[in-house]
Amino acid sequence: MDLHLTPEDRAMLDGERGLAVQMAMRILARMVPVYGADRLLDITAAHIDSALFQGDATLDYAERLAGLGAKVVVPTTLNVSGVDEHGWRAWAVPPEWAEKARRQMVAYQSMGCQPTWTCAPYQAAARPVFGQQIAWGESSAIVFANSVLGARTERYPDLLDICAAITGRAPAAGLHLEENRAGQLLFRLTGVPRALQEDDSFYPVLGHLVGKHAQDQIPVLDGLDVEPEEDQLKALGAAMASSGAVALYHLVGITPEAPTREAAFHGRAPSEIIDVTPETLRAARRELSTADGAKLDMVVLGSPHFSLAEFKKLAPLLEGRRCHPGVSFLVTSSRTVKALAAQAGYLDPLERFGGTVTVDTCIITTPMLPPEIQVIMTNSAKYAYYAPGLLGTEMVFGRLEDCIRSAISGKVERDETW
Amino acid sequence: MNPIQNPTILHGKVLVAGEAEGAALVGREPLSFWGGYDQHTGEIIDRRHPLSGAMAAGCILVVPASRGSSTTTAVLLEAICLGTAPAAILTATPDTYLTLASIVAEELYQKPLPIIALDPEDFALLETGQRLRVLADGRVEVAGALSS
Repeated sequence: MDLHLTPEDRAMLDGERGLAVQMAMRILARMVPVYGADRLLDITAAHIDSALFQGDATLDYAERLAGLGAKVVVPTTLNVSGVDEHGWRAWAVPPEWAEKARRQMVAYQSMGCQPTWTCAPYQAAARPVFGQQIAWGESSAIVFANSVLGARTERYPDLLDICAAITGRAPAAGLHLEENRAGQLLFRLTGVPRALQEDDSFYPVLGHLVGKHAQDQIPVLDGLDVEPEEDQLKALGAAMASSGAVALYHLVGITPEAPTREAAFHGRAPSEIIDVTPETLRAARRELSTADGAKLDMVVLGSPHFSLAEFKKLAPLLEGRRCHPGVSFLVTSSRTVKALAAQAGYLDPLERFGGTVTVDTCIITTPMLPPEIQVIMTNSAKYAYYAPGLLGTEMVFGRLEDCIRSAISGKVERDETW
Repeated sequence: MNPIQNPTILHGKVLVAGEAEGAALVGREPLSFWGGYDQHTGEIIDRRHPLSGAMAAGCILVVPASRGSSTTTAVLLEAICLGTAPAAILTATPDTYLTLASIVAEELYQKPLPIIALDPEDFALLETGQRLRVLADGRVEVAGALSS
């Protein structure tokens, strides 16, 4: 396919809008055919995962763009960074890492990005609207924006999201286009009791199961008897985007592009129908844990970042109780939500419990955990999925209430009756 | 590069052009580099992936696609910068995440990594240990006869 550039695209590519714009457009233009597209389209917001420090190369990239004078041309939020800018000294973060990660944060802020530093920007800052064309990085945020909000973004990788923000352009491909948003696979809930559907832990487990099967296809889920809460949808999508590469899902009767099953599939037939049963859910739940003993070093909540509603729910569960001295209790969130939670009084029970909050980053994006942390319990499928590879820790997946119970007793306790 | 005698020749789609030679390392499942690839050593560290524990640095990595996190691109870029990346990557579908890492490596360091998308049928012919030679026009030479 030939590449069709507008006169303005061409001006950017030719360097008439400056060297930073030229570099961003050069990268974008090379990527257009890889996306199977022949042109670019306008985007009106961006969320940038590129600011996450991974090493000298991501820092080189940030400082190259910043040094060339790059400025974003659409409202742009920032995903997690490589360090809790003001809180890293309380943890095992090497000072050299903290300094380089901070330099990378400074570089992206110099381009005009908002210092939101969160993987859940839709709960801390900008929330795109239905049908809006956006360029978002961060897999869990992408799936939320597409599925729950009905905004339109491809699954943008690090390094490309910022090119879109600098040029205001993105490849006209994939989920930006209506015809590519139809459901492909049908997952039918079969014999899943309503009580289970109301349980928070149902959603990450279901997401893990669906993502593993769907990979990069668009799953449609039918048969839910309840209307999930926003944080349950957040957990569902984050899990699908970890075990698979799901960037859009439809929940029949719930998400905006799926008023009916027919609408979710754009009138076509599903390529495959998969029944989700309590048995397959139990198998998926088992996969989220790598440890099966009682040993416990840490409980961590908040991937994607904890919302204000989650802090509100957590606070009374911790009231009047105390974390075991052998267990660290951590919540990861954004600086915005932490400030709101503090003002609402939700952090006081957490502090009295012996827990702490880390912002800007999380346990898998900054080297904060000391080596003695070997077994971690979480209610997040994303943490459970990634930590064994990234941190070398053993993971135990469990319900929020079981995470708290275990933090108090100092050993893993799980009610797995479903 | 030394030519491979009597090779089987596969024709792939060039996503990033370049030449490379090495042993094939073949995994049939998509791989997230973030949480799946140690940029400091070149080891596959996704404990749920069939290639878990394999050293991919210098090999011709053959995986159907990347998967999961948007940070896959950054991890591959770091690995290219550190010299721990595969010598080339062959996929079964054009992969935007891996291709982008190579394009940015060319921008920053003039070190593009050859990325080739094969037809799924050709992809299925490759096995770990085969000696491969990747050419700039998208041809992939495979030593010996292939069982299919």
